[in-house]
Amino acid sequence: MEIYDVIVVGTGHAGCEAALAAARMGCKTLLFTLNMDNIALMPCNPSIGGPAKGHLVREIDALGGQMGKNIQKTALQIRRLNTKKGPAVQALRAQADKKRYFAVMKYVLENTENLELRQGLVDEVLVKGSQVAGVSTNTGSIYHGKTVILCTGTYLKGRIHIGEVSFESGPYGQFPSLRLADNLRSLGFEMVRFKTGTPPRIDARTIDYTKMQKQTGDRLLGGFSYEEEESLTQELPCWLTYTTPETHRIIRDNLESSSLYGGWITGIGPRYCPSIEVKIMRFPERERHQIFIEPEGWKNNEMYVSGLSNSLPEDIQTIMIRTIPGLEKTHITRFAYAIEYDCLVPTELKLSLETKRIDGLFTAGQINGSSGYEEAAAQGIIAGINAALKVKGEAPFILDRSESYIGVLIDDLVTKGTEEPYRIMTSRAEYRLLLRHENADIRLSEKGFRLGLLSPPRYKEFCEKKVLIEEEIKRLKTSEIVPSKEINNALESIGTPPLKKPIPLAELLRRPDVDYRAVDILLPSEFKLSADVIHEVETEIKYEGYISRQLNEVERFKRMEERRIPYDLDYSKIPGLSSEAIEKLEKVRPISFGQASRISGVSPADISIVMIYMEEQRKGKRG
Amino acid sequence: MQEDTIAAISTPIGEGAISIIRLSGPESISIVNGIFKTPDNHGLIEAASHTIHYGHIVDPEDNSIIDEVLVNIMRAPRTYTREDIVEINGHGGGVPLRRILELVMRGGCRLAEPGEFTKKAFLNGRIDLAQAEAVIDIIRAKTDLGSRVALSHLKGSLSKEIEEIGDEIIDIVAAIEVAIDFPEDDLEDVDISNITDDLLGISKRLSHLLDTADSGRILRQGLKTAIIGKPNVGKSSLLNLILRESRAIVTEIPGTTRDIIQETVNIKDVPLILLDTAGLRETGELVERLGIERTLEALEEAELILYVVDSSTELTSEDHDILDRSVNKDVIVVLNKIDLPSITTKETIRDLLKEKGRDLPIVQISAKNRSGLEDLERVILEEVFKGKSLSGAQDLIMLNVRQKDLLERGIKRLNEGLDGIERGLPADIIALELKAVGRILSEITGKFIDEEIIDRIFSQFCVGK
Repeated sequence: MEIYDVIVVGTGHAGCEAALAAARMGCKTLLFTLNMDNIALMPCNPSIGGPAKGHLVREIDALGGQMGKNIQKTALQIRRLNTKKGPAVQALRAQADKKRYFAVMKYVLENTENLELRQGLVDEVLVKGSQVAGVSTNTGSIYHGKTVILCTGTYLKGRIHIGEVSFESGPYGQFPSLRLADNLRSLGFEMVRFKTGTPPRIDARTIDYTKMQKQTGDRLLGGFSYEEEESLTQELPCWLTYTTPETHRIIRDNLESSSLYGGWITGIGPRYCPSIEVKIMRFPERERHQIFIEPEGWKNNEMYVSGLSNSLPEDIQTIMIRTIPGLEKTHITRFAYAIEYDCLVPTELKLSLETKRIDGLFTAGQINGSSGYEEAAAQGIIAGINAALKVKGEAPFILDRSESYIGVLIDDLVTKGTEEPYRIMTSRAEYRLLLRHENADIRLSEKGFRLGLLSPPRYKEFCEKKVLIEEEIKRLKTSEIVPSKEINNALESIGTPPLKKPIPLAELLRRPDVDYRAVDILLPSEFKLSADVIHEVETEIKYEGYISRQLNEVERFKRMEERRIPYDLDYSKIPGLSSEAIEKLEKVRPISFGQASRISGVSPADISIVMIYMEEQRKGKRG
Repeated sequence: MQEDTIAAISTPIGEGAISIIRLSGPESISIVNGIFKTPDNHGLIEAASHTIHYGHIVDPEDNSIIDEVLVNIMRAPRTYTREDIVEINGHGGGVPLRRILELVMRGGCRLAEPGEFTKKAFLNGRIDLAQAEAVIDIIRAKTDLGSRVALSHLKGSLSKEIEEIGDEIIDIVAAIEVAIDFPEDDLEDVDISNITDDLLGISKRLSHLLDTADSGRILRQGLKTAIIGKPNVGKSSLLNLILRESRAIVTEIPGTTRDIIQETVNIKDVPLILLDTAGLRETGELVERLGIERTLEALEEAELILYVVDSSTELTSEDHDILDRSVNKDVIVVLNKIDLPSITTKETIRDLLKEKGRDLPIVQISAKNRSGLEDLERVILEEVFKGKSLSGAQDLIMLNVRQKDLLERGIKRLNEGLDGIERGLPADIIALELKAVGRILSEITGKFIDEEIIDRIFSQFCVGK
């Protein structure tokens, strides 16, 4: 009997990262896809990145994941966002060539050692006692596995809504997975129904670009991946237009026929991704809404109409879209739809993304109540790593909130649960000044290497970069610049006051009107430093006060994270705990007092009581 | 693992001649050392464990002496909490005690939670199993009491104001954050320099709050109180009654500006500064000795007026005069001599007040028979904490020291943020600073701001594809 170490179900962004991580860590891995021609599909917007999302991609890359490299290779354009809003929130956003993205990812999967791809529909998770044993498919085949990772996206009991019409379906014309959700329910999992949606796609030939504003990329070298430096030789632009009062009138007049307002949808949709009906009803004072036309690829006439997500009947969609400047004659190739799907209540999970109910069963991506390709991929790599570690009998790999957006994402989901499809945001990260997209490698490469996901040459490169940064910061802090007529003239020429006495270079660099280049001209480094290194050095020095303040906060945070709570603690036996606290603590089963303190409904007094109880137990055992 | 250093007043407030502030934690010795002066200038850093040191607590900012004290140094591990413990033994309750507590907190420790010393003792293995359950009871009971007090404060104007300010901060942060998290959406960009005015306004409001947070300030500094009335109504008897019956006479401070002798008495832990008591005591009757001028002066300065009326005589035009001149003050009408046949009654006074369009509390006493003082004390407290319930003066006082500390920290952080804007710091850092201010304020109101910011982003801005 053949037994796989890891069986991954689903080849979306979570499934691909999960399977690659497990296989690269040496586990015999089987990856199920519903369709060999639809791997790493982007059923919604053809873009990757943005604030916090782009940070996630960099973190995945720093750990040795695939998403960053893949988008770098298949981007149509890359923009750098928030360049003037501060060091922590700068981010990259790329438009992707959907088909190439798929092709490149498929090629990588196909050529990864220990990894087998198979087309098939998994209907059931096989369980022995409370231990996962494998999966079975709709064709009756059984596959044995030590661990299973479910990455089923929006496919579980997927139902598409267009106006009054609705039918069972996966996204983007794919098969739904109808039986697996019931199987999970019968295993005892608490499930919830969420909703999301996608706008129409239109034929590029039927767009009048003269009425739109063109938006090109920033022609960046490198970006998402620390490894891949392939630069874009050719770019495709995006186009900007706006809805009109007429668009709004048509939507308002036909509101009852939209699936959402007609009452056909029960699932909970995300607040950050409202459909155009919702935008118009909730913000009636706005005279127009932005519409962003995004290309879906080279040699591909389909264009994505960002901002026009809806669930109106098809004929209304056509009338409505033609009231938008530039789209008067446009032809819709795929209509917008809303999709409902089942997912797990994420408090069913441990921080390792293993389910609490079934040993060895992991879940990642939209099945956990998140949304977004990046959020899915981030969970995927963590689930893949942890399944592999489980097979090897090693402790789980958990990133905390102070070291990564991945940690913020998973801790939010698992500790607080979510009321809507969860999206990562920089405002969710308490320590975001430390979680810059530029320093993702500094934060995580060491870990990626130890896990065996980062190649030795790349790790060596990283170590060299780290040393360069440290050395340069040291130099700037210790070498003094001595005022001379020449130097003071130079300083005044860039609009900064002259020096009265010698000061360290770092102090000069802290002036708002002085950048690294200026400092380096005055007193050059002996090394030729890369833009990456310079950026890091500049940030660390210019914002040192604020960074070290956050580091202090992190120290306090870590103290509580390091105070562990045993997984099997019987909260009901703790005298003095409120019944709400018992219920919440039993549900979440926090691993540390830090995690416990983030559960809503658990008060500081409850935390103290648990601490005292544990101490009492410890002494009791010893005595 | 570096633990926090905590501090609390560990003797019941307002009782006994000595009170103790206790600190526990790694920094307790250095914190106290920073505010303590011995006659021979020996510091506490080198002091041996379990030793007592005589000296003065001195405010490091202006070198003013706060109190003459004995300081006990007990070094870990042979202490109650198994951490370094310092105990400051001062003189009685009242103002100096709270000043010392404020100073040690400024030095870097935080106010202990209820039962926290015992909790530390337990966690550090100092007390045994049997005591554990008692500890839980303490924590549970005190926290409930604490939250009751916190709740009653939430209804007060102080917390309402802080909530409004917190709300404004959330609005500002949400506007910055939404532009950061959705840079490609059709949003108006926040120009950081444009929020300076809003923030300056908030900073002013917070500072004002700090100055005028009535109950808190009164608890720290005392409430200026004048006893006023026509000749022979029994003002001096009332004064003597208060002085004799109130538990602790705290200090006698020579007035600096107008030769007014002030005397402080504690009414249920609220210090009242009685104005010009010397005049009242020496001659018996202020108005007789110094005439109306002096009365008016006291009336002007006082925050609380005990307006004494003789129930055995008729009201006169002078009573009208006193009422007319005290329009903006908190006034309690004290109807004295109720042991005699009454001519002026509660009803008579109420009619007069009605005529004047005022609604003042009226208390009946007999200074001669020493009756009615409890009623008077209760009414004084009600006046001081208008609209706020008193579930325990001790908790209230602690809460106010804490509130003050939080307000001060909030203002400091906000001003640093303003400074940052001035220096051209980018939006993401400014947002972090403002969030920190919001978090500090939320410790007063108990509202979690992080989720609120995200809710605000989605409720007020139209974002998303």
